[in-house]
Amino acid sequence: MQRALTLAALALAIAFPMAAVPLDLDFYIGFASRVMIYAIAATSLNLILGYGGMVSFGHAAFFGTGAYVVAIAMTHGIDSLWVSWPLAMLVSGIVALGIGAISLRTRGVYFIMITLAFAQMMFFVFIGLKAYGGEEGLNMPHRSVIGLGLNLKNDATFYYVVLTVLVATLYLLRRLIDARFGRVVEAIRENEARMETIGFSTYRYKLTCFVIAGMVCGLAGALIANQTRYVNPNLMHWIVSGDMMIMIILGGLGYRFGGVLGAIVMLVLDEAISPYTTYSKIVIGFVLLAVVLFAPRGLAGLFDRKRVRAGGGHG
Amino acid sequence: MNSATRMTEPVLEVRALCKRFGGLVATDQVSLDVRPGEVHALIGPNGAGKTTLVHQLSGTLPPDSGSILFRGDDVTHLAANARVLRGLVRSYQITSIFRQHSVLDNVALAVQARSGSSFRFWRPVRDESALFDEARAVLARVGLADRADVLAANLAHGEQRQLEVGLAVATRPAMLLLDEPMAGMGPEESERLIPLIDGLRKDVSILLIEHDMDAVFRLADRISVLVSGRVIATGTPDDIRANADVKRAYLGDELEAASGGEA
Ligand SMILES: Nc1ncnc2c1ncn2[C@@H]1O[C@H](COP(=O)(O)OP(=O)(O)O)[C@@H](O)[C@H]1O
Ligand SMILES: [Mg+2]
Repeated sequence: MQRALTLAALALAIAFPMAAVPLDLDFYIGFASRVMIYAIAATSLNLILGYGGMVSFGHAAFFGTGAYVVAIAMTHGIDSLWVSWPLAMLVSGIVALGIGAISLRTRGVYFIMITLAFAQMMFFVFIGLKAYGGEEGLNMPHRSVIGLGLNLKNDATFYYVVLTVLVATLYLLRRLIDARFGRVVEAIRENEARMETIGFSTYRYKLTCFVIAGMVCGLAGALIANQTRYVNPNLMHWIVSGDMMIMIILGGLGYRFGGVLGAIVMLVLDEAISPYTTYSKIVIGFVLLAVVLFAPRGLAGLFDRKRVRAGGGHG
Repeated sequence: MNSATRMTEPVLEVRALCKRFGGLVATDQVSLDVRPGEVHALIGPNGAGKTTLVHQLSGTLPPDSGSILFRGDDVTHLAANARVLRGLVRSYQITSIFRQHSVLDNVALAVQARSGSSFRFWRPVRDESALFDEARAVLARVGLADRADVLAANLAHGEQRQLEVGLAVATRPAMLLLDEPMAGMGPEESERLIPLIDGLRKDVSILLIEHDMDAVFRLADRISVLVSGRVIATGTPDDIRANADVKRAYLGDELEAASGGEA
């Protein structure tokens, strides 16, 4: 059942640009790419927050890092996707290693605050970084160069590249969660103290998980930089971290498609409402409230009949 | 371990361990040892510091002073998980299991901890039948074989206590620190746990903290009595029964209480 739904959604996603062009809906190809990019970012946050129980409030730091790496590399003449995107992942991974190594030594509310503090620190660092545009940010003259006879300038081509990254991310997430590593991460969320006393060094697993999530989010950042051909420090702002959190709470913490569903609902709502009111965030707030009240496991949880989650939660 | 001379050396040696909580001395110069294959019971009134001692032996709490030797190595400052990998494993007085996992998955996690790296990102765990075979064997041992697929949260209290011990057993310990394994169990449930603990002593040394005096006197090779953080006596069950200090401080009440309410 879920498999059929997944395949149908994938078929729809593949067909979408082919239908959009003749229907004069080109604008929505770009919009759909943006939704998918946020879906990747939210999925990476879901790995640490939903599966791992690490309530990071600074995930946008990696989003912004990935975006800046691509933009900065381009100002230095490095515009190949095959170089700058992996570089974005690498640098984001290193940043995540640094932030994670320190913040994962703390628990609960301290962890939330320290991840937030790190992200805000980076936000201000980039505001002060006049060489790369400071507050104004950086424009990218063009999108990354992919070669292979393709050009990302074409929105449909870019769309398919983003879709490929999204599908790969979801597939890798599934492998990882079903493998030993994922088992450990989910069990740490449930009862970290007991994981220690059956022999696991939980810190190492959490840090690894944090770095993987940071790298994936960095890749999403590389994509958003290409999507808008513009980066600025706001990409790292806590509001972006908060939006990612809202997405996975809406979509379903610890569910594979939680990030995707959340990104779709939130961005589509925003897009649909914002022409009529400046209060679209309030509407989203009410939707969030409704989901939390009536579908506490998020939208993905509504499709899930099998898994019964007994009380408790993030320990 | 293979030499005959080492067999007589204690597996666990605690030397002058101290722990304070503010003004309260929870562990006061505690020294004791556990020999290979021995069931060494630690008894004492509530608040005597038994659990605090287990926390220090297992690496959950750092002692203020003193040392802990396990199989001849000083493990006083070793991380909790590293002690487990060396074979020093505890269970909890207050049940600490993975409530949202099935009973089988609970035990499989503990098996996984001791069998190879878990930094594996690709192969699904469900294909690793060796993990689950071993986990089922452990479940059979602790009497939960027919409850494998139940969500741990849905187990009866006594069964959760069995799983608690099962998690510790599944790590293939050389030494177990069992903190009141029978806490909150009915008499017939306790009756099931006694042969399990008895059967473990073949290959595991055990420090058994227990309020059930019947179980203690049936299982223990030696008994130590802890009162207000101090070991006031160590000896065979007969020694302890006859010890006047112990009677005064603890056992007299306890034996009287055994006919009445729960300890
Ligand atoms: N973390 C702690 N902080 C302060 N006091 C504690 C702490 N843990 C235990 N104690 C106190 O230490 C004493 C010993 O407790 P405990 O080891 O749980 O006793 P037992 O297991 O023998 O019943 C008790 O007086 C208890 O209140
Ligand atoms: Mg206790």
